[in-house]
Amino acid sequence: MTRLLDSPERSGTLPHVGADFIDAIERSGLVGRGGAGFPVATKWRAVAQRSGGRAVIVVNGAEGEPRSQKDRLLMTTRPHLVLDGAFIAARVLHARRVILYIGERHENARHAMVQALHERTEPERGLVTLAAAPARYVAGAETAAIRFLNEGIATPTTAPPLPFEQGVDRAPTLVQNVETLAHIALIARSGTPSSTLITLAGGIARPGVLEVELGTTIGDAVRQGGGVTEQPKAVLVGGYFGSWMEPAEAWKLPLDHRARLGCGVIGLLPASACPVCETAGIMRYLAAESSAQCGPCFFGLRALADACTRIADNRSDGRDLSRLNRWVDEVPGRGACRHPDGAVMFLSSALRVFASDFANHGSHDLRRAA
Amino acid sequence: VRLVVDRIKCDGRGLCAEVLPERIRLDDGGCPIVNPDPRPAHLLPRPQRAVKDCPVLAIALGRSQVK
Repeated sequence: MTRLLDSPERSGTLPHVGADFIDAIERSGLVGRGGAGFPVATKWRAVAQRSGGRAVIVVNGAEGEPRSQKDRLLMTTRPHLVLDGAFIAARVLHARRVILYIGERHENARHAMVQALHERTEPERGLVTLAAAPARYVAGAETAAIRFLNEGIATPTTAPPLPFEQGVDRAPTLVQNVETLAHIALIARSGTPSSTLITLAGGIARPGVLEVELGTTIGDAVRQGGGVTEQPKAVLVGGYFGSWMEPAEAWKLPLDHRARLGCGVIGLLPASACPVCETAGIMRYLAAESSAQCGPCFFGLRALADACTRIADNRSDGRDLSRLNRWVDEVPGRGACRHPDGAVMFLSSALRVFASDFANHGSHDLRRAA
Repeated sequence: VRLVVDRIKCDGRGLCAEVLPERIRLDDGGCPIVNPDPRPAHLLPRPQRAVKDCPVLAIALGRSQVK
């Protein structure tokens, strides 16, 4: 069993890895831990084939998901593990630059990473530059990170070209989440990644980051987090781009990256909270976080958030629910990035799990007033 | 071959939906929704007109990942 948060910070020198290291990644089954869950070996091969000694590694510590804390905790407490992963990537992919792209508000994380960097060898330090990721939801998206590093604007761009074709300074670029890179370091130390970091939020006794074995059920993870503080109404699996689930269904779900774990946020909605109001609040946030580049996202998410809010405020004309159900089918796949898709997946799960709450919202207030 | 819209360039003028109503409709915000079916041969001339008529050059015939 190889875990991130209780493994030694440094193994001394960087583990030696050969040309067959990408095969070792593939055998490990490692997928990206930033949210998209893309197979890491596939991404590395695409960059390796085009690198020619020019590749750029972007160490993605933007962590723009509001409830997630695992990336900054990892950077703060295990910075050398993240750097090991980055320098292994630089060696295997023949990169000439490593960029630490760390959320501008994650001050402790940035401080720890810079401190650790000072303890590295001079050739390693010579590869690295530091960049502050804007505190926006989309700033961690691959093409947004690349555009920020090229032009100073952290908004997604139309693909192709994809990052592995043309990224920072038009060079083949690997953008990889910090937790993923830490797992790379463990694979190089001949371990097999068997854990994942999650963030527990909402009605839980001990909110915060937890490292669990892959395959642990959400119910077991919640028990490890001290249990629920109040019977939950629903569980949000995967953060704001994730899905609401009925607690009974969620408890049985194993935490592996086939289970739409996303960025690893598990949020428990207390039964006393109003799921419609909660959903409306998150939709307003996601609409405001649109980069306002693509119409279906900018206008579409605003319309969805407004309709949710009218229902939550008991101001609906009675047709908002049918509008929502029509619009959630129209929006996905129609943005340059996945922001509208993620927001709509979240809303669709709310309309499914909270169907009766959406249909009857307001009636309990009227009863109370009567 | 299919019609692909560059969503960043598109600003919802809506000419495409007028030229090619069988393949393109507008959503409530005025942005095009492209029918994903493969282009039938008998519609050949007009998809090209939708491409040419777009005032901001946001539509192309291609295999791009952008829908």
